[in-house]
Amino acid sequence: MALNITGRKLFVKALKEEGVDTIFAYPGGMITDIVDELYKTEGIRVILGRHEQALVHEAEGYARATGKTAVVLVTSGPGATNTITGIADAYYDSIPMVIFTGQVPLHLIGNDAFQEVDIVGMTRSITKFGVTVRNREDMGRLIKMGFQVASTGKPGPVLIDIPKDIQVTSGSPDYPDHVDIRGYHPNENVHIGQLKKAFRLLKTAKRPLILAGGGVRISGAQKELLDFATKMNVPVTTTVMGKGVMPEDSPLYIGNCGMHGRYAANKAVTECDVLFSIGTRFNDRITGDLEKFAPKAQIVHVDIASASISRNVVVDVPVTADAKIALERLVEYAEEMDTGKWMDIIKRWESEHPLTMPVPKVGVCPQTICEAINMVFPNANIVTDVGQHQMWASQFIKVNKGQEFITSGGLGTMGFGFPAAIGAAVGNPKKPVVLITGDGGFQMNMQEMATAMTEKIPVVICIFNNSNLGMVRQMQQLFYGKRYEITNLAAEDGSYYPDFLKWAEGYDCQGIRVTNPADVVPALKKAKANKEGPTVIDFIVSPDDLVLPMVKSGTPLSDMILK
Amino acid sequence: MEKMKNRWIALYVENQVGVLAKVSGLFSAKSYNLQTLTVGTTEHEDVSRMTISVKADDVTFEQIKKQLNAMVEVIKVIDLTTIPIHMKEILYATVSDLDVTGKTEAFQIAEVFDRGGSVKICDIGGDMVLFECTLTENKNNELISLLKSRFKKVQIVRGGAVAVEAISRSNR
Repeated sequence: MALNITGRKLFVKALKEEGVDTIFAYPGGMITDIVDELYKTEGIRVILGRHEQALVHEAEGYARATGKTAVVLVTSGPGATNTITGIADAYYDSIPMVIFTGQVPLHLIGNDAFQEVDIVGMTRSITKFGVTVRNREDMGRLIKMGFQVASTGKPGPVLIDIPKDIQVTSGSPDYPDHVDIRGYHPNENVHIGQLKKAFRLLKTAKRPLILAGGGVRISGAQKELLDFATKMNVPVTTTVMGKGVMPEDSPLYIGNCGMHGRYAANKAVTECDVLFSIGTRFNDRITGDLEKFAPKAQIVHVDIASASISRNVVVDVPVTADAKIALERLVEYAEEMDTGKWMDIIKRWESEHPLTMPVPKVGVCPQTICEAINMVFPNANIVTDVGQHQMWASQFIKVNKGQEFITSGGLGTMGFGFPAAIGAAVGNPKKPVVLITGDGGFQMNMQEMATAMTEKIPVVICIFNNSNLGMVRQMQQLFYGKRYEITNLAAEDGSYYPDFLKWAEGYDCQGIRVTNPADVVPALKKAKANKEGPTVIDFIVSPDDLVLPMVKSGTPLSDMILK
Repeated sequence: MEKMKNRWIALYVENQVGVLAKVSGLFSAKSYNLQTLTVGTTEHEDVSRMTISVKADDVTFEQIKKQLNAMVEVIKVIDLTTIPIHMKEILYATVSDLDVTGKTEAFQIAEVFDRGGSVKICDIGGDMVLFECTLTENKNNELISLLKSRFKKVQIVRGGAVAVEAISRSNR
């Protein structure tokens, strides 16, 4: 029989067996033993963030850039509660992740001990699975279960809470290869009858449309989607999370739909007669008024989670399946359809209201910046924060094969972008990473500059600085009589804090300010040349720039505000 | 909007810390209308069985079943609404401030509702009687409304429904 080992040793053994090469960690009293074990461990890179929320976003960026399950390690109490926003973000965007939290020793649980919180209870509704390890002999099984659950089916975060005494208790050295979970059976097949029914329905369409969401990307079905759409000759629109699953240079790709989708795409959703949707949960940002969503269409819905089907939109043909498995089959069935007239109509809509921004009176046009990024960084992974800049990026950034568009879609977490960009660069150092962020969201996690500098991470930070919380300001401008309450981040005399260049200087980070359109490309090229660390580019943009089209929340997709 | 109906689900779940909180948390988080929830262990000590009654329309009820099924800790979901079942709920009703006529009436009510020992007066005091009932949820509702209409002071303690699938005809 093999010799017993401590919990802390088993923890590291588990990471090794799972092939974990990087973890995102912040130390604290209830994980000092595990941290000490990491000191003795080779082959696992430990990224020390500067705030636990940022750690989780870094892990999300890592997972998105690599497809691997990301690992976070934090202490109990505040270390654990700080992760909550990140965990919720990962949950709503289906990011595979295992979060390890330290916990007070078993005998103190329930005593309101120092830095004790019921983190499993607090995160129950935003994790796929969460558990406190109450018995050293369960530790290996529960960690294995965590990795299995996080990465299979519809992926998501799992939280494993390990009391301090469990970490130092000796027990079995075994880490299982596989755990049978009797209540967990992710869909690994597709009901062929349903799929054929869905296909036959598509074939009857005169105005067919494929709607592809983030599920297509998660399952790695980009090639199959392109093959299917191309063989069928059916146009494709995407959700924000689905952006990039269809190459943007494909003539069948008509852009994003939804609240800030393209005019032609929203018109196509409204006018299509069969909507073939794959890997989307029909979020309200995509559908607008549910009663008037795709009113002329029969709807097919392929999704891995049966609970996502017929929840928001009642569908005609439900297919519970992984997008890739379904699309592989569909490619086999594919037959060319005559969609020439329909494509002409969509093209006409596009030419009636092409996606473009008016040139602003002051500052640099966001569209100009996005197009310059496309040109200077044609292969980069693009990460965004949340707000106007995010929607401009979703409209004007071109995401082609081999690129990722990494954004906080479901939760819409300001502060996501910068740490996620760091995590993406850590996960895939060969690929340049461009962060598109706003001055508001950037300030929510800007402490991570220390992480980027110490780890020498060459993220190009493009701040779309309009000195305002632009997305809410836009709503105030359009719907609240221009009463700009608490959206202006500048002082009354107009002075703005911080001066991002002076701030960057404090970190020995290269900083560039761009106020003139002619300086956009040179600034990006200068940033690209800096491979030793991050560069901050402070793009001054006008607070009056609007994200258009816009569908007001709760109104039909066809009611777009266009100017 | 489709009709809101009472429906019943049986759940086999892992008998572990936090599972009850997870299941009940789903109902509050998603604003599902939970009526009763009972839980107890099964013949396997690591498995518990819950009986849940909810008030929901068809679409919401489908969604509830799917959400429960998606939980890692939920082993099996059985829709009891569409299959033959046996169901009982335990109910205690204390009726007080009774005069002699009232007491007599209470005994009469117990006798009328009783089906082979399912309703009895199990305790009695100066001006009080205690009903002990094992009826269906609906029958208990009827009894409660009758007691409330006949007597001024009625105190109710309900246990929530417990249900089990009927033995199918082919197995008889």
